[in-house]
Amino acid sequence: MKIEVKLFAAARQYAGAESVEIELPDGATPADLRQALVARFPEAQGILRHAMFAADMDFVNDDDPLPSEAEIACIPPVSGG
Amino acid sequence: MIRLTHEPIDIPALLQAVNSPQAGAAVLFLGTTREFTHGRQTAWLDYECYPAMAEKKLAELESQARARWPIVECGIVHRLGKVELGEASVAIAVSTAHRRDAFEAGQWLIDTLKAVVPIWKKENWADGSTEWVHPGVSPTSRPPE
Repeated sequence: MKIEVKLFAAARQYAGAESVEIELPDGATPADLRQALVARFPEAQGILRHAMFAADMDFVNDDDPLPSEAEIACIPPVSGG
Repeated sequence: MIRLTHEPIDIPALLQAVNSPQAGAAVLFLGTTREFTHGRQTAWLDYECYPAMAEKKLAELESQARARWPIVECGIVHRLGKVELGEASVAIAVSTAHRRDAFEAGQWLIDTLKAVVPIWKKENWADGSTEWVHPGVSPTSRPPE
């Protein structure tokens, strides 16, 4: 499946784009997506290793399959407040 | 009441929004832009968020707080974009019948906001460099300027 991943803050800065398209096997998990992103953007691995992923605005467990139709986002450690 | 805004936070309006004859206490928390962090000087901060998810998570925080404490009114406002020194980047106001609940709910709301809501700050240091703040990520792995 092809996943468009929204990127924010330093992850967006490393990628130089607000989103990237990643091709993953069906049933892939956030852990798989993280690995694919690290392969694409090796300099961003520090932040990607600490990032969580969201599907349709909710955090997804690292080992749960990513829903194929959902809006997927990479959420690096947050710093609001 | 939840709001993300590029404008300075209207603090009197927020306090007015939580005012109620049912409340005997109102607690206001402001997070403001600090000039020095570990001796390093900040010129200003920039905030960005994942808008749809930030709004959803803020609304969930309000619901969770209302389930846990007998809240009369609750308002959470977060700034986006450029925030100058001394200005509030976040404001949380909670009113309850008795003060203990207002203090506890206010503290829980800001602590939880800082942990889970997808909002990020960028330090614009006085020396001209910039840095996205990602707690737990070592500085060596941050992007080049």
